[in-house]
Formats: sequence, structure tokens, C-alpha cells
Amino acid sequence: MIALLTSILAITLRAGTSLVYATMGEIYTENSGVLNLGIEGMMLLSAVSGFAAAYYSGFVWVGFLIAMLVGGILAAIHAFLSVTMRANQVVSGLSITLFGTGMASFLGQRLGPESNNYYLAGMVGPRLQTISIPGLSQIPVIGALFNQDILTYIIYLLVPLAWFYLYKTRNGLNLRAVGEDPQTADAMGINVTRTRYIYTIIGGLLVGLGGAHLSLSYTPGWSENITGGRGWIVIALVIFAMWNPGRAFLGALIFGGINAVQFRLQASGTNIPASFLNMMPYIMTVLVLVLITWWEALSKRIGAPAALSTPYMREDK
Amino acid sequence: MDNQQLQVVLEMRGITKRFPGVLANDKVDLTLNAGEVLALLGENGAGKSTLMNVLIGLYRQDEGEIYLGGKRVEIHSPSDAADLGIGMVHQNFKLVRTMTVAENIILGLKDLPFIPKIQEVTKRIKALSDQYHLKVDPSAYIWQLSVGEQQRVEILKLIYRGASILILDEPTAVLTPQEAQELEHVLEILTSEGKSAIFITHKMEEVMAFSDRVLVLQQGKLIASRNTDETSPQELARLMVGREVLFRLDKEPCQPGDTVLELKDICAMDNRGLPALNDLSLEIKSGEILGIAGVAGNGQNHLAEVVTGLKKPSKGQVILNGKDVTQNSPLQMIQSGVSYIPADRIGMGAVGNMAVSENLSMKGYRKEPITRNGILQPKQITKFAKNLIELFRIATPTPATRIKFLSGGNIQKAILAREIDSCSGLMVAVYPSRGLDVGATESVRKMLLDQRQRGLAVLLISEDLDELLSISDRIAVLFDGRIMGVVPSEHVDSETLGLMMGGVPISALPDEAVS
Repeated sequence: MIALLTSILAITLRAGTSLVYATMGEIYTENSGVLNLGIEGMMLLSAVSGFAAAYYSGFVWVGFLIAMLVGGILAAIHAFLSVTMRANQVVSGLSITLFGTGMASFLGQRLGPESNNYYLAGMVGPRLQTISIPGLSQIPVIGALFNQDILTYIIYLLVPLAWFYLYKTRNGLNLRAVGEDPQTADAMGINVTRTRYIYTIIGGLLVGLGGAHLSLSYTPGWSENITGGRGWIVIALVIFAMWNPGRAFLGALIFGGINAVQFRLQASGTNIPASFLNMMPYIMTVLVLVLITWWEALSKRIGAPAALSTPYMREDK
Repeated sequence: MDNQQLQVVLEMRGITKRFPGVLANDKVDLTLNAGEVLALLGENGAGKSTLMNVLIGLYRQDEGEIYLGGKRVEIHSPSDAADLGIGMVHQNFKLVRTMTVAENIILGLKDLPFIPKIQEVTKRIKALSDQYHLKVDPSAYIWQLSVGEQQRVEILKLIYRGASILILDEPTAVLTPQEAQELEHVLEILTSEGKSAIFITHKMEEVMAFSDRVLVLQQGKLIASRNTDETSPQELARLMVGREVLFRLDKEPCQPGDTVLELKDICAMDNRGLPALNDLSLEIKSGEILGIAGVAGNGQNHLAEVVTGLKKPSKGQVILNGKDVTQNSPLQMIQSGVSYIPADRIGMGAVGNMAVSENLSMKGYRKEPITRNGILQPKQITKFAKNLIELFRIATPTPATRIKFLSGGNIQKAILAREIDSCSGLMVAVYPSRGLDVGATESVRKMLLDQRQRGLAVLLISEDLDELLSISDRIAVLFDGRIMGVVPSEHVDSETLGLMMGGVPISALPDEAVS
């Protein structure tokens, strides 16, 4: 029993890590008033380029670096379209997802070694190693927290720091003002355009990191559609989190947890069809999301940044 | 401030600002002395806001210089202006609703530490709010505050940032008379400490009450400068519009007929499920204008929505011409002869991207001759529109011009034309002259009086006391979704109305105030 719980918690964290990074990124982007629906495409393209970079360089960190770069560039394109060109952010985001998905699939069939017909799928490259913390990792159940890769450990620090930055610092205050009321922010001398660019790109870097965590740690290697729609789950988690980094961690763990439980069920040889079990994390996410938002709406909590997905233009005659 | 030595703090010389097709400011000169309150008076589009936007750095002047304390300055942005001690309270407040007062006050400050010490900020805000009689709770969220309190936050924000020149854009438009008086007091304290203020307005009363000196702008030109105590509202009005203005409209005595609308114990909820109207009862007879006074946000919009069928009351009855219409849809209300002039002209009253003619015929498209067998008849629409355009003197290049290109006054005239044309019983007008200049305001009010003469019942919701006093027959005061009292408009003064608008029920007022 204890062994089971320990393993479920371990998988929960491993499955949740990439979600936490991507969700954290999108929370920062959306708090600046930019809605980025391109996450699915950004994660896929980061996953494939990150894996390819690690495979050829032999260094896993090169993979992460390239993945962040790819995420950042795609986010910068989104920022250019939606902030500078004031394009419809939904359309811009969706086209980034379409581009990213197609491009990732294409690169997956071209970047591989000649011996494998240039396919990347099936190749084994370097992966992020699990670091067991001596002593702590031996504790029953909780020990799973200390038997993870470095990116999961960073989360323990990143989540509280991200919360503190957003709600307790000058930069966080200015960031939220830009997302809530860009007119006011502008009048108070905050550069709305610059702020939106910065946090959209920071968001992209984090999404890239999340995508690469899939192909370099969680399910090492490249396979078609490696994200399994996680990019969309991230969008849902941001709402679940009410744009608050602390709650994003919780949401990612719920998704990861359901994932872990269904893995265990499949491994135990149950009669329930595997595709039904695979579906569970998504259905549960939708259900939890509906319930939570409904409850939040009842208790009249403050919701999305008021200026989310609205381009800003200084009033001029 | 006669006893003080006049010291010029600000000088704008020959400011010219052009927009495509418009000369918004034409060589305007302005000087401001220390400890002075200067009024900028002018109609809509006279160039007052443009001039102040140049000063605050939102616009860049095409010609002219700005001198501060004798030194020439270049102001490229609002934060440049803030560094020079110039701050502005905009008409729509620049406050983030989901943040606290303290957070709003420190927002965007350059010398703020990376981790702001909110307690120290709060302490300083409290000290300043005591000093300047600007009472406000630093830890309250903006959405919890009344409009008057929000204005105080705006002024505190400027003082906190060390502004010595405060620009106020139509500061009393949203205040009760009592709150306006408090503002006057605040201005006195500010000027006694050597700070100066410029305020933009098109209201004479404000100029007379607040200012030491007044500049009158007309079509981008500075046409007069007066010391306030050497001028009169009549002279200023004449200077502003270039002709004498009627302050009292001639009004036939009221001859009320049958009851048209009766509201019985109406309760309604707002979108958040909070009570917006509480046991509200009213009646309006034909040939009568019932004015609804009150500070914006006390249930006015909900009242209009209940009467027009846009919102269902949670309790109570709406009776129109003796019939219970509580459950009627907006269409059924229109068909029963109810017309609606909404507060939000472009949002609810007109479709900005559609032609003037289409907007005018919008209520007739279910009937011939606008449509025949379900097909629109463009010729009939144009004919119908031309007729109304002429009748109501709507200034539009052609009937096919998109309505959003008209001025606010002409959009409002078009809406009035359509609603008057289709009205056969009750006219609901919400803030009908808001934001219009003196000329347009006058014609809107005349049109409403004409409808009363025609025997319609008019429900006039307004925040302009002069409007209510000059054209309505009875005035009901709305506060917090309740009626504080109903008084005949001839026997009431604005002070009594002001008290009721502040939540004092008529029963608590001394008898002589309302007799």
C-alpha cells in the first residue's frame, strides 16, 4: 500500500512538472493582458527541437536551452502579432498552435539520423536524471517528493517565488495593472507595450521548458503528439488557478494525480479499456474546472484580468 | 487670492495642435499663478481637453512652448509631466478597480523599492488624507468605493506624487452637491499651500463656485479671460456659445391625464445577484415628465431596464395603461408604445457602423413600408430617414453616412427622432443630454417637452439637477434602489434634492424644505 502511494505521488509530480512550467508561463502572459492559445504548438515544437538538440549534442541542458529559445521565439511572434499589430489574439494563438503542431511533426521526420530514415521517433538520447536526496527520499510516501529530477525540485522554489513576484513586488504590481487596465497603467507611466512583450516572452520560455520536460524527462524521446493535448489543459489550468501561481501548482498536481492513478490501473491489468482510462485525466480536468469556476462565480471572486485579449491603443483623435 | 503676491508657475505660449482636418488649439496662451484655481470653459470640441492633454504629455503640440517656473520644458509623456509636478484627474478615473487604494497610489512610481513596504505607504497616505481632508481607507479596493471616494483617491495620488499643479477634468460631473462642496473645500486647502489647479468644465455654476479666474475657449481659440468675481454666468455662457442661452425653457403648465405607468413594490437584482431596486413604487400620468434624480449607480439603469422589459423584476408589478406587463419582453413593450433612449448611445441606442437611415428605421423594419414581404425597401428607408433628418434637424452629410461619424449631439438627435416617431405612450430617457454641448442639450430638452405636450408620459432619468428642475413636473429621488421622496419640481431647491440624493428620506427633512 505504502509502496503504491509512493509511486502514485512520484508519477503525479513527474507528470505535473511540465504542466506547472507551462501554466506558470501562461499565467504571467495572461496577467499582462495577452491570451496565448499557441501553447500546444509551442510545447510540441520545443519538445522536438529540445530532444533533437540533446540527441546531437549529447548534453541534456543544450536540449532545454534550445527548447526555451524556440518557445521564446514563438511567443515573440505572438507578441508582435497581438501587441504591435493588434491582431485578434485568439486567431494569432491558434495559428501558432497549427504551425507548431505541423512543424514539430515535420521536424520529427527530418531531424533523425540517416540510419533511422531520418525519423527521430525511436531514438534514445540523453535524459534528465532523477536525483535522490539522501535520507529524505527514504521517507515513506513523502520521500517521492525528493526522488525527482532537477526541474521538479526547482518548482518547489519557483511556485512561491512566482506568487511573491506577482503579488508583492513593484514589477508584479505594474504587470497586473497592465493586464487589468492598460489605460491607467499607461497614464501612470508604465510602458504597456514593453510589459506585454516581456511577459509574453517569459511565458514562452517557461512553456518551452515544459515542452522539453516531456521529451527529455517524463517520456524521454520523441513521438508524434507527445503532449497529448497538454497545451490545452494548461489553458484550462490557468482559469482553474484564477491566474494565481499557487493554485496552478495544485491544478497541475490534480491532473498529474489522475494521470498517475490511471497508469497504475492500466498496469494492474484491469478490464476497463485503456483508451477510456487515457481519457480520464482530461474528463476530470474539465469537470473540476466546471465545478471550481461555478463555485468561484457564486462566491463572486475576481476573475480574469479585465483587459485579457484586448489590444491596447492610446486614445488619439 | 488677492492678498498673495502673484507668482506665475506655469505658462503655455502660442500652443497650436492640429489633428487631421481639425485645428484643435489655435495659438492658445495660458498662465497659471501659484495658489490659483483656473477654469477652462468651453463647449464640447472647444479644445479644452486637447490643451490639457498637451500639458500632461499625452499629445505633442505642433507649435508653442511651455514654461514652468520660467524655465522652458519639454513634456513627452505623462511621467515627464509627473516629474515636473503636473498631474491630472481624468474624467474617467485612471484607477485599477481590482487593486487597493494604496496599490493604485504607488502604481508605476519610479523610486518605488522592488518590494514596496505597504505599511509605510499606508501611513503616508493616511497623513496626507488627514492634511487635505481627503478621507479614504488605503486598504479598500477601488471597486468598493463610491465615485466621490474614487475622485479623492485620484487627488491623493497626485499629491502623493508631489504634484503642485493639478488638472481636473469635469470634476463635479459625477458628484452630489454635498460632495462637490467637499471638493471645493479640498481645493481651498490645496491652494492655501501654494498648489494650483486647472479645471475643465462646461458648467457655469462650477466656474462661479470654484475658480479665481476663467479662460473661455471657442473652436480651439482662446476668446476671453476673466476674473471670476468680475463676470456673470450669463456673460460666460454668451462667450462660450457666442449667443445668449436660455437657462429656463418656457414650459406650459402640466395637465396630467390618465395614469400611463405604474410600478408597484418593484424589487430587482443586479448582475451579481445583489439587490438593485428595493420595493420601488412610482406612477406617471400622460402629459407629465417625471424626473428621477440620483447619483449614478443607485439603480437608475435597472429602473429603466425594468420599465422597458429588458430586466424582469424579482418582485412587484409593472402596469402599463391598466394592464399588467411585468412579464413582457422588450419587443412586447415596444409594441405597447414604450420608447427608450438609453444612456449608452453607441452601445445600446445606435449601431455605429450602420447608416443613419438604417439606424432611424430600425424600429420600423417589422412593418410596411420599411419592409414588404420580409424584404427591406431601400427607397422607403431613405425617404423615411430624410423626413426625420429634416424634421429633427440632424446634421449628417447623407442618410447613408455611418452614424458613428456624427457628433454626439447628432447621434442623440437621431435616436430621439426614432424613439419619438415610434412612441405612443411612455418615453424612457436616460441621461439624454449627457456629454452634449449647450446647443444640443437645449434642443434635446425641447424635444422632450414637446412630447409632454403631445400627451406622452416621460420618465426622465438624469444626473443633471438643472435639467431635472427645468423640464420635469415632479422629481423622484433614487438612492440605493429606493425612492427617497417625490417632490413637485417648482417647490424644491437643489440643496433639498442633494440631501435626498445623499440618502436622507423626505420624511426626515424639515417641512419648509419641501413645502
